[in-house]
Amino acid sequence: MTRPTSAAALDARSGAARRSTGVAAAPAACAHCGLAVPEGFVDEERAEQFCCAGCRTAFTIIRDHGLDQYYGFGERKTAPVRSTGRSYEEFDHEAFHALHVSRTSEGLSRTELFLEGVHCASCVWLVERVPLLLRGVARAELNVGRSLAAIEWDAGQVQLSAVARTLESLGYAPHPYLGIRRDEVRRREDRAALVRIGAAGAIAINVMLAAVAMYSGVLSNGIEGEFERFFRWVSLALTVPAILGPGRVFFSGAWAALRTRTLHLDLPIAIALAAGTARGTVNTITDQGPVYFDGVTILIFLLLVGRYLQQRGTRAATDASELLSSITPRGARVVDDRGAVRELPAAALLPGMLLDVRAGDTIAADGIVEGGRSAVNVSLLTGESRPVAADVGSQVFAGTLNVSAPLRVRVERAGEESRVARLLRQVEESTRRRAPVVVLANRLAGWFVAIVLVLATATWLVGIGGDSSAALDHAIALLVVTCPCALAMATPLAVTVATGRAARRGVFIKGGDAIEALARPSTLLLDKTGTVTEGRLSLVRWDGPDWVKPLVVALERESTHPLADGLRLGLTDDAAPVETSPVESSEHVTGAGIRGTVAGRHVVVGSPSFVGRQASAPVPDEWLAAGEGILATATPVWISVDGVAVARAWLGDPIRPDAAASIRALRDAGWDVRLLSGDATPVVRAVGSMLGLPPDACRGEASPEDKLHEVETLRRTGRVVMVGDGVNDAAAIAAATVGIGVHGGAEASLATADIYLTTPGLSPLVELARGAGNTMRVIRRNIAFSLLYNVAGAALALTGTISPLIAAVLMPISSLTVVLGSWYGHSFPRQAARSA
Amino acid sequence: MSIVYLVLPLALILVLAAVLAFAWAARRGQFDDLETPALRMLHDDDPPTREPPA
Repeated sequence: MTRPTSAAALDARSGAARRSTGVAAAPAACAHCGLAVPEGFVDEERAEQFCCAGCRTAFTIIRDHGLDQYYGFGERKTAPVRSTGRSYEEFDHEAFHALHVSRTSEGLSRTELFLEGVHCASCVWLVERVPLLLRGVARAELNVGRSLAAIEWDAGQVQLSAVARTLESLGYAPHPYLGIRRDEVRRREDRAALVRIGAAGAIAINVMLAAVAMYSGVLSNGIEGEFERFFRWVSLALTVPAILGPGRVFFSGAWAALRTRTLHLDLPIAIALAAGTARGTVNTITDQGPVYFDGVTILIFLLLVGRYLQQRGTRAATDASELLSSITPRGARVVDDRGAVRELPAAALLPGMLLDVRAGDTIAADGIVEGGRSAVNVSLLTGESRPVAADVGSQVFAGTLNVSAPLRVRVERAGEESRVARLLRQVEESTRRRAPVVVLANRLAGWFVAIVLVLATATWLVGIGGDSSAALDHAIALLVVTCPCALAMATPLAVTVATGRAARRGVFIKGGDAIEALARPSTLLLDKTGTVTEGRLSLVRWDGPDWVKPLVVALERESTHPLADGLRLGLTDDAAPVETSPVESSEHVTGAGIRGTVAGRHVVVGSPSFVGRQASAPVPDEWLAAGEGILATATPVWISVDGVAVARAWLGDPIRPDAAASIRALRDAGWDVRLLSGDATPVVRAVGSMLGLPPDACRGEASPEDKLHEVETLRRTGRVVMVGDGVNDAAAIAAATVGIGVHGGAEASLATADIYLTTPGLSPLVELARGAGNTMRVIRRNIAFSLLYNVAGAALALTGTISPLIAAVLMPISSLTVVLGSWYGHSFPRQAARSA
Repeated sequence: MSIVYLVLPLALILVLAAVLAFAWAARRGQFDDLETPALRMLHDDDPPTREPPA
């Protein structure tokens, strides 16, 4: 990537005056982020130019501390710094420390923060230089994969809020990471698993070496009895710690299965390990017959690796969704008696407190508006796509977004008592009630375990009439050779490969059972707002001459109404930039529109009745007809200039561009696609008809409870996949066979979803359904292969012709087949073709 | 061939040392993050710089 930035920054660093050449001709690039510098910001007097104050601050900080090496990294990709001016005061609060901060052995405080906008090597470099910038910060370590920075600081010298402000000024907005405690447990589990794998691998390889010596002895002219005995004893000495150490997990698994009276793969594994080791020990002591040590130790190693891979794959997906959920604000701005504003953690809010909610902030508690007039986006709770007006006296809810102007809110219910918390409790409940999907491999494993156990017992009982020692050997040979090594790895490997590739394409899958449930078509419920549509108000159609646009844009700048915002952004988005005209006067009429004088002309923008009333010339007849299609779901806005109605605009929630094609593809594949929305039924039907869905497949006015009920009703007759984004969908998502959260969704729906999509639009859904089908085919092929090997091995063992050599060759081959089959199976396309 | 009585235990002692070293590294968290260290080594050492300002 060649960016103009690096050059600019290099110039700046060497102090070369760049002023003389082409700064004015070509748009200057910001010395920090590389974006074009807006006209008004170009400062001819200076060598480096900045696109905003945030970038200037970041550049100055970096430069003043001698860190300008940062600008030399070729891979650097910096987002423009948008400083929010937050004080991060809540980071110093006791409640925050109790939740997130721990003490290190050196007496320092330690926490982990989730940073936005971490991409590459230069981010690591910059974040880890924070100790240089702030006295008292002992250590800052960044994990790029998870965007988590571990910070250790001396609480006596510096406060965490100062660290947070420094990180923000560098362009990485910090958020508290919620999973710290459980993370510690996981980390310990992970490390223990790694140690087990390492030990098991080292032992297995060395036992194999001894086995190779013994086998080659058998194949050539024979091995001296003395050395064979030595190798056997060495193998035994190595196998015992393998069983007692890393192998112990299988015995505890088998014991747990026995206690709950279920057939689990651990059971025959444990029996085979125990029987193989016991018989091998007896044979070593009596110096006759095969020792099974090589098979036993390799088995332990391979099974541990399979489990570790599976665990990591599913955990990566869970992690990603949790990190995203850390972004939701945890703080609130509280106004005290003297009118000063302080930041407090949301958990510390009490009824009666007065909140200051800025435009763009999420409201932290349920309450009554005491001051200000704004619009609130409640789509999170209700699915309603149009912002609701909030005035003094209106009720607002926690989790909803204040869109246009500051509000003062008196807290009525906070924390656990708020409406959104009650909804979340329902979500938890339906998660608990959900019956686990029985995975194909587990069902098969049950049968497999039963058959192997019966066969082994039968072999032993039949043979016992003749040579009882040989009968036992045959039974053990059967157990070892049929060890479900490949079978146990068939599903985890295929699922790991599939989830890994899906994650690279922006689809995070939390569990293998979701893949199985998606492999065959069933009912697919789609939420409307934010899932099928974009979930925000924007201009869907403009019907009028272009010369009106600058007048409208100028006038709408005076308004904070969400419709005004949508209209203004929609009109300025055009390729041709709009030259705005000066506004001489303007007047808002609540619930109707805005009028004013722009460039000497009288302009009125507002509802049809408002504009129609004021127009001196009659309105064209066709304007009075009701809109069709998307226009039926949109809010019309009329514009008149000097008393003549000249233009119409429609503002609505546009359908995502790939929605229609994706839904068609899913329906063609056999899915029963339905819309389920909290929005008004006619709106839902209109959107449905545009997507090619019949009216009876579109249900509107569904409350969160209705959605949950609908999913539960459908589940009684079959599988249900629920796709949604808001808290109002979370309970339904949790109750569905497979719940899918979409891009930009609420924390709750991300947390309960089995799968979530990080790329916008519905096309990942199509990809997901296709990939799931392919993955299941790979799994079935893997299982078929491993069963084939096991059947062949069992046949040989039953007839008593199996030798340790054949068993030792068969087992790795079957595992290798499964590994190769999983890797080259076409689950999801391997190359990431991520659309931005 | 009887050298094997000496060499094999020696080899096993080496293996034990390797396993212990691995366990030590894993428990210290050296395998927790496999991505960042690969990027961190790209950075040059800090030049013997100015004092961080107070």
